[in-house]
Amino acid sequence: MFDEILQPGATWSHVLKRGTALRITDIDGGLNVGAVFYNWENPTERYNMPDTLKAQHTAHLTSGHVLYSDMGRVLCSITADIVGWHDPLSGCSNAALVAQKYGHAGYQEHRNEYYKNPYDGFAIELAKYGLSVRDMAAPINFFSKVVVEDGGNMHFVSRHSRAGMYVDLRAEMNVLTILNTCQHPLDPNPKYDPRRAHVSISKVSAPLPDDRCRMSRPENERGFVLTERYFE
Amino acid sequence: MKIIEKPPDPSTARYDQIIPAGEPWIHEIIKGQHLRIIDVEGNQAADTLFFNADDYADRYSAQDTIRTQANIYLTTGTKLISSKGNVLLTIVADTCGRHDTLGGACSMESNMVRYAIEKRHMHACRQSFVKAALAWGRGLEKRDLAPNINFFMNVPVTPHGGLTFRDGVSGPGKYVELRAEIDVLALISNCPQLNNPCNAYNPTPIRVLIWDPKHG
Repeated sequence: MFDEILQPGATWSHVLKRGTALRITDIDGGLNVGAVFYNWENPTERYNMPDTLKAQHTAHLTSGHVLYSDMGRVLCSITADIVGWHDPLSGCSNAALVAQKYGHAGYQEHRNEYYKNPYDGFAIELAKYGLSVRDMAAPINFFSKVVVEDGGNMHFVSRHSRAGMYVDLRAEMNVLTILNTCQHPLDPNPKYDPRRAHVSISKVSAPLPDDRCRMSRPENERGFVLTERYFE
Repeated sequence: MKIIEKPPDPSTARYDQIIPAGEPWIHEIIKGQHLRIIDVEGNQAADTLFFNADDYADRYSAQDTIRTQANIYLTTGTKLISSKGNVLLTIVADTCGRHDTLGGACSMESNMVRYAIEKRHMHACRQSFVKAALAWGRGLEKRDLAPNINFFMNVPVTPHGGLTFRDGVSGPGKYVELRAEIDVLALISNCPQLNNPCNAYNPTPIRVLIWDPKHG
């Protein structure tokens, strides 16, 4: 239907319609894409990190997984994934963290290369839809991998995503999707160096009864049933 | 097990309350006060949220807390970080060992997904959270309920990215104690979950105590 390039550090939003899918592609390698999701018809229903993790007994996201709202419904399904691991745990940087890590680069001197941070990016975008930081969901960091070692220590895996890798999200509801291409908050690179993403949206057929995401576990089958009931 | 402060005597507490299973508790903790939560009978999840008392949009953030300490488990020394980057409270004593902040709170809706659609009727933490938030008023509502802490709950994550609910790190009388670094609003749901081992299939009371700074 359409595609677009997200510049480094940019925030982007779109109401992804049920029956369409979003592909996000890493153009240059080393991409991170922060993401939050809302039911467009009632944004108090939103992506819920704990519900997503515990329903699928996972601390990472990849194909076959779905993104649950707090209302027991499936917002999006991950129908394809070349990357293999996306991080739901680590959250996002704010202005103070970005300044502490990379210093300051303002618009006056740097024009649109000024240093951006995802917290403010999400907050501004939410405001455009009548929402605020009170509505901030715990974001997913697509294209990033954070391994939790025995004992609980979190370890960021550098250079996880490579150029050309992509992930497909099929919308199971009408989903306000907000993306941000700032660096992952645990990225040890001392340089402000966010990357570009390519996004494309296409029409897709409704999931079949034997859909992989639906059948990957009994929880997801019930999640799909509850989502279908919402539209009945 | 790690205790870094001599625990204060419960008889000197300014506040002492039993929270039965399935009930919420909402209370302000003033800067410098200590909040102790006791797992009275053992293996009882205390689902807990904190808010900056002067700005409810500035609330406990599970992601910012675990990322800041680069460890997913909460224990003595953990600073509870808010969504705006402030330190809300510090865990100053913990006889349990570690606590979860990834498992979230149970809800009617998540129970339907996790167990069976017929489980809709069963009592759940997010019912308690919403009830207490609405009773508290002052604008607090469902949209303010972010991922919480599960004190006394064991949700191990594996290096391969798996996550499970397990029994077994807490026990009768174990406690966690927190010092408020700013004025905070605490919201606890004493978990009624009957479908998994987080409460050993038998939800029991917890006890909360508050001390003023001079006793801390």
